[in-house]
Amino acid sequence: MNDPTSHLDLENWSCPLPLRDYPTIVMGHGGGGRLSAELIEHLFLPAFSGTVNDIPLKQLGDAAVLEAGGARLAFSTDSYVVRPRFFPGGNIGDLAVNGTINDVSMTGARPFALSVGVVLEEGMRIDELGVIAQTMGSAARRAGVSIVTGDTKVVDAGNGDGVYINTAGIGLIPAGIDLGPHRVRPGDAIIVSGAIGMHGIAVMSVREGLEFGSEIVTDSAPLNGLVDSLLTAGVEVHMMRDPTRGGVAATLNEIAKTSATGMRIVERDVPVPDDVRAACGFLGLDPLYVANEGKLVAFVAAADAERALDIMRAHEFGTGATLIGYVVEDHPGVVVAKTGIGGTRVVDLPLAEQLPRIC
Amino acid sequence: MKYLDEFSDPDLAQRLLQEIQSTVTQPWAIMEICGGQTHTIIRNGIDQLLPAGVELIHGPGCPVCVTPLETIDRALAIAARPDVIFCSFGDMVRVPGSSTDLFRIKSEGGDIRIVYSPLDAVKLAQANPDKQVVFFGIGFETTAPANAMTVTMAKRLGLTNFSLLVSHVLVPPAIRAILDAPNRRVQGFLAAGHVCTVMGMGEYVPLVEEYHVPIVVTGFEPLDVLEGIRRVLVQLEEGRAELENAYPRAVTAEGNAAAQAVVADVFTTCDRAWRGIGTIPASGWRLSDAYTDFDAELRFDVTDIHAEESPLCRSGEVLQGLIKPNQCGAFGKECTPRMPLGAPMVSSEGACAAYYQFRRIDTAVNA
Repeated sequence: MNDPTSHLDLENWSCPLPLRDYPTIVMGHGGGGRLSAELIEHLFLPAFSGTVNDIPLKQLGDAAVLEAGGARLAFSTDSYVVRPRFFPGGNIGDLAVNGTINDVSMTGARPFALSVGVVLEEGMRIDELGVIAQTMGSAARRAGVSIVTGDTKVVDAGNGDGVYINTAGIGLIPAGIDLGPHRVRPGDAIIVSGAIGMHGIAVMSVREGLEFGSEIVTDSAPLNGLVDSLLTAGVEVHMMRDPTRGGVAATLNEIAKTSATGMRIVERDVPVPDDVRAACGFLGLDPLYVANEGKLVAFVAAADAERALDIMRAHEFGTGATLIGYVVEDHPGVVVAKTGIGGTRVVDLPLAEQLPRIC
Repeated sequence: MKYLDEFSDPDLAQRLLQEIQSTVTQPWAIMEICGGQTHTIIRNGIDQLLPAGVELIHGPGCPVCVTPLETIDRALAIAARPDVIFCSFGDMVRVPGSSTDLFRIKSEGGDIRIVYSPLDAVKLAQANPDKQVVFFGIGFETTAPANAMTVTMAKRLGLTNFSLLVSHVLVPPAIRAILDAPNRRVQGFLAAGHVCTVMGMGEYVPLVEEYHVPIVVTGFEPLDVLEGIRRVLVQLEEGRAELENAYPRAVTAEGNAAAQAVVADVFTTCDRAWRGIGTIPASGWRLSDAYTDFDAELRFDVTDIHAEESPLCRSGEVLQGLIKPNQCGAFGKECTPRMPLGAPMVSSEGACAAYYQFRRIDTAVNA
């Protein structure tokens, strides 16, 4: 049989070099860092382009915004392969529901319907799957979103990891709402909706080979209500993003680049719970790069910052909302942090997932 | 958080910086030995807060960075074997060998596991009797006791499917080599606190006396590093050269006797090649003769693998403090964290990676 890759013309891709660094997929290609970005930019986008709804690279968000029949829709999809499937405070099921709801919500849309596709591995326990399905149902009900279509496939034992879940979501963007990097401008306040780093550390604390005693639970939560309360109140929000893989650092870097602005944050103002800080301390990780599943970063007109904070803090998923910095004209594309003791540093886009340091 | 926030308090940091400011009357060059300290310095911007004449030279104390290319190639050869589960500390996984790295070997089907405690590798060997489990035992004196424990544990359990790929390096011979270098610029040292937690402070007394150089045992949080710098500077300004302990909450003069005993049992001193620097006499540990059965290099017959380092990479000069990472012609061009030529660009503790990550855009930082 022919090598299925033999027809690929690596030489004529726009920038094949980064892909040829690795002839095979490595874990970092799914880490949300530079390797992921390069895979999308250099492999998927060129292959997918040439249709009427093409979206330019710089507009790639977590959800696409589409016009249909006079309405504006947000459409998003995400696959969940988390291991272990159960972790403190949640499991792969509520993660899959909340994650896609949040991706849709970040456009300002009100999500109303989800699809669920599951890939099951032969031998997966039915009772465990039942718990995951129940969790998905309650997560959807809590968020007021319906699961309306789905698909089930089974693969041979050894060809999967118990269960993989894909969800796609669709939402309606209210009239007059236009969020995105094109609206981010110098002077905007950068607000995070609460404590960061909890989901990543919660999952890591039960991962094989690293179990450590911890009270940290995932922050997985639907953010559509929080977003709605901000937008309904008329707060001048310019953009929102949920800082999942790659954490707040990756989110700020992406937006700095796509909006061609600089970001300045004050590291001491970033809300990091003590136990997350401690776990990061001994693992050699930086909380700014650790994943969140129930937080958003909002870019808000400076004049509205206080009001945004008040509204967010009044919401159950925004009680820890904090102003962490401002968008600036200087150093476009670069995120700079004022460090705890008064120095400065560049907060770079992570290459791939963070690796625990040796000592 | 106990022991974290207290040691990065901005008001105390300001006070220390003022004391440093009023102490210094002339330029000085200080080397922090440990990569963990380099990381703290760059991550917190400590070097930018010091008086203009005080220069910090980043020493060779990142174990990932100084592990020779040859050893990495041997590790990769072992890891690629289908009968092997290869265990490593996390930041070793991305270090490039001559033609590949552990990530790529994993993507091609190799069984690579990141472990957080070396003893987890022994557990893996127990759980997988039909596999050969190899742990990549690198590091300074800090990681040596736990690495040594794997071998004593495997021996006690009668495991024949566990082995250690050893590339241990030692701090005092490295300091001596730096002090002996003809173009030496370093005038005082921050010694690595965690190394001294294990080994105590005795080994540094002869260095202080022979070379008349201040050495201050220093911790890793921002205030620890500032206090270490302050104490070295006070000594230099007063013309003193003494061994001081600025990390007494972890370090005692004697160190950890139990840890030293297991290390003395399992390892024996040997000459060791340091990536980018060359061979330093008596600067490493290998498995002692009683434990050669557990030596992965012998078990998998990889001792005839040899490697040449990239001619573009000036990591040797970086590791000796002769140039800053961004003074290397390949920095940020041929050599980036994604395509590292030398190991200091790989580990987050490596001086080149720390510069790349936090200091690449000087205009941004100074704006």
